[in-house]
Order: sequence, then C-alpha cells, then structure tokens
Amino acid sequence: MTNSGIFKLAIASGKGGTGKTLLSTNLADYLAQKQAVLLADLDVEEPNDALFFHAENKVITPQYKMIPDWQSDRCTLCGDCTRHCKFHAVIRLGEFITVFNELCHSCYACSDLCPEQALPMKPYRMGETSHQLLNGLQLIESRLDVGQEQAVPLIHATQKYIRELESKPAMQILDCPPGTSCPVVAAVGKADFVLLVTEPTPFGLNDLKLAVETMRQIDKAFAVVINRQGMGDDAVENWCKSENISIAARIPYDRQLAEQYAAAKLAWRENVALKKALEELALFIQQKQVQYA
Amino acid sequence: MREIIVLSGKGGTGKTSVTAALGVLAAGKAVIADCDVDAANMYLLMQPEVLKKEAFFSGELAEIDPEACINCGMCEEVCHFDAVHQDAEVYDINPLRCEGCGYCEVVCPTNAISMHARRSGDFFVSTARTGDPMAHALLDAGADNSGKLVAKVKEEAKKLANQHQRDLILVDGAPGIGCPVVSSLAGANYVVLVTEPSASGLHDLKRLVEVLQQFRLKAGCIINKADLNPDQAEAIRSFCFENGIEMLGEIPYDSAFTAAMIQGKTIVESDNQLKQIMNNIYISIQHKINVL
Repeated sequence: MTNSGIFKLAIASGKGGTGKTLLSTNLADYLAQKQAVLLADLDVEEPNDALFFHAENKVITPQYKMIPDWQSDRCTLCGDCTRHCKFHAVIRLGEFITVFNELCHSCYACSDLCPEQALPMKPYRMGETSHQLLNGLQLIESRLDVGQEQAVPLIHATQKYIRELESKPAMQILDCPPGTSCPVVAAVGKADFVLLVTEPTPFGLNDLKLAVETMRQIDKAFAVVINRQGMGDDAVENWCKSENISIAARIPYDRQLAEQYAAAKLAWRENVALKKALEELALFIQQKQVQYA
Repeated sequence: MREIIVLSGKGGTGKTSVTAALGVLAAGKAVIADCDVDAANMYLLMQPEVLKKEAFFSGELAEIDPEACINCGMCEEVCHFDAVHQDAEVYDINPLRCEGCGYCEVVCPTNAISMHARRSGDFFVSTARTGDPMAHALLDAGADNSGKLVAKVKEEAKKLANQHQRDLILVDGAPGIGCPVVSSLAGANYVVLVTEPSASGLHDLKRLVEVLQQFRLKAGCIINKADLNPDQAEAIRSFCFENGIEMLGEIPYDSAFTAAMIQGKTIVESDNQLKQIMNNIYISIQHKINVL
C-alpha cells in the first residue's frame, strides 16, 4: 500500500454501461463538497467524465509514446531489428525498414540492440491529457486520438502525470475502462481499493464474476456497488453473499436518474435516492481509507 | 457472404440484446460470433451447446531459471515494463506486467531467461439454441491481446459460414474504439450502431464513427431507450443524417428489455411492443445489406 496518505479509489466493472461514470462523477462531486478530490478518467478510449463538469480553465498536455525512427543512412540492413521484434512491428521490405507504430510496444529492443544505432526512439503522439480545476475538484481526463488502438501506454502516461502533480489531493477517484483485459489491469494498477459497479441482471452478474476473478488475480481489495437495484433479480446479491463480498452501496433503479444522467447532470444534487446512496458509500470509503491509505 | 457487426462506442447500450434478437430472427441463415471476448454475454441468450473448446495462446512470457541466474540485474535494467524484480536476491518476472518483448532474453549473459507461449483464454465452437453455428471465446482474467482472440473468433466464424453454407455472419462487438474493436472490423460489410440518447452515448458514438470512416464502412443506427432524453435523441438523429448513417429504428425505454434477458430470451421472443420494432429493424437491415 502507498502509506503516503493518498487514497486511490478505482471505479471499475466488467460489463460496460453499468454506471462507472455515473458513480465516479457524482461521488467525486459529492466528496469535493468537503475535501479536495482528484477525479481521473482513465477510460481513454471513450472518456465521459468531463461532460459532467463545466470548467473554463483547461490545460491540455499532448501525450507521446516512444517509437523507433529508421535512419536509412546508418542502416546496413543486417535484419537484427526485425528478428528482435516479437510484435512484428519492425519489418524489412526490400531495401527499407518499416515500423508499424500501432504494433510497437515501445520495448526499445530494436533500438538499443541495433549495431549501427539506426533506429533511435522518437516521440509519437497517442492522445492528450486535459486538466481542469473546479471548486475542490481536480479533473484529469486522457483521451486516445481516434485511430490509436493501444489504451495501456496512455493510461500509464496519465498515472505518471498524476504522480508528478505538485499538489495531490488525498482522495483520488479513478474511473476505469470496462472489460477485464490489459487496459483494466493497467488502470486499476496501484489503486488502494476498487469498487466494482454492476447491475442486477444476468449480464451484470456474469461480468461481475469475471471482474472479481481479475481483482483476485491481481490481489486487489474490492467491494461491489449495485446500480439500478430493483431492475432485475436477486442473483447478484445472493452471489455476493455466497462469496463473502461486501456490497458498499445500492443505487435504486429510477428512470428519473437515467434521465438526469442522459442530460449530463450531476444527479445527486437533485436526486435524493442517489444522494442517500452516496452518503452510505462515503462512510464505507472512510473506513477503507483508514485501513488502506 | 455478408458480415454485420454490432458496435456502440459506449458500453451497456444493448449491443448483445440486439445482436441476439437479430440472431433469432435470422435463425437458419446465420453464423453468430461473440467478439466481446472481455465480457462475453451472448452465450447467456443463445445457450449454445459447446462442440469444441480450445485453449488460445497469444504472445510470449519471459521466465527466469533461478539455477542459471547470476543476479546480474541486466534483465531489470532493460525492461521498460517494470516486469522484472528482485525478491530475496532472486530475480522474478511479473506475468501481469511482462509484455513478452524478449529484450531480457537477449541480454541475459547466462541464458537464464526463456520465452514461453502465453495462454490468453479459451475459444469455443458451438451450436446456438437457434440451431445456428456460433463462435465465441472467453479471455482469461487480466489477459493481454484481446484483439488477437477477436481475430480468431472472426476467422472461425468465417470457416463455419463456409462449412454450413450460411450467407450471414452476425458479430457482437466490444465497447470502445481500441484494438478489440479495430480487430473486429476487418472484413465487415455493414455496421449496426446501438446507442442511447445520453451525453455519453452521443460522445462515444461520434468517436466510433470517426474510426468507421477511416475504414470506409457503411453503418446504420439504432437508438435504444430512445425516449429517455428527446434532445439527445434529436442530436443523434442529426449527427447520423450529417454523416450518412441510416436510422434503422428506435427502441423505447421498456422494462421488457431487461425482463427478456432475465429469462434468457431475446426481445423478439415475448409478446410486447419491442418485438414488432425489432422485426422492422431486421427487415431494414436485410434491405441495406442486400443493396450493398
């Protein structure tokens, strides 16, 4: 654990559309009434958190990853680079070496091992990070440029951006991408605690099970938040009980809440049921903060 | 052979429910492919009988032989993924961080490091309850390379279509715009977009459409929960019109949508307003792909 006094709370889910963004934005805004909060949108393929806040002072930082840049004048076409690359990103075509930027993992092997230094690494833009200051809330959002396929390097760059901030709020909320594969593992990364948002439906339960398996595999402490409680059946509740997984909060199924979310409103400010769920959740988080931060 | 892929940008808009409903309407004519390998849900509605299960390997993973390791630390020095660590004087690889680049293997002076094929999930060939062939997969928790598993599902779906002489492949895609989505676009003829009238739904749809335009793919759009927010629904219709995306239909916000899922059924299998709407959407898609 970090022992730095900073508490990093990741909001994740297996299934998409269960309410990660709803929870992240409303929880951040709610907690920011009383303490400094950082909200980071790490769903870099489809970042949505900023839609809910309206800041005027936005600082945008371009983000790069390092890619080898072939220097034809130094190259002897020995082919070492193409043999070293396990990702088929460096290919020899006749008298040329071609680098496929989208396949490159920035491992530096081809570059460092080239006997002629003919593949120096150069920065290649993958997206950008925007940073906004609102009352009590710092909002950081990274977005992958359209056409870029790799989310993981941008997630890592965003985490580095946060680590290097001069003033870091003790409460950091990380809105993660959906799924259970590498982008989620990267985003949950060094979080102290994870909230898995699900819905009480067969799809919700199926994907919750996958998400729980992922959390157990990477050894993360977690609890579940049930969104749209009452929409489906009790299978999620029962399964959590049988697995001894705590349910940190339940957000009732409510068409009005869906409408408020659709209109990009911070719904807790007018939705009593959501506010109540957040109050309970804040108490739960406080306990975890003492335990893990 | 026509391949239709269902995508959304934003997660949870109803891709799987729509694809499964199309699968029921196209029973006897289609192959079904679930390319959302991260969170594969199609099997819950298609209740397939599994005919073949295969482990899927993709990429490599470094392993250190502690007997041969002299603790020189070269591997840790060259690793750009923070995957090599020294614990109790022994170097070890963190499999969740290792990307399999093999740089450490090359620099190890005692050949203590070897690269091994990495298991990333399971792949299935099945028969859906509609009697149609189905290709699907399940990525291991936290695994890498879901794009490659998506490509494998697509490849197998094509084989099944040839084997069973089916003209149509129905593909359920992943959320987002990254590698699993791009991987699922290869060879597609038509994209069915399922969105919802929310600020997030429209924002994510716009980014996805930009990707589709790079691939010059034709698309049609379904608005799910269409009556949730009239302004956003209007904005989606305008966006689609301006970008040459046909409107295929609008599904109202209706508890029957979830009720069907809980029964393991699709929205065209119970008696409600959704059935007729989905039928019209199916006919509309049929028309589009026949004139492609």
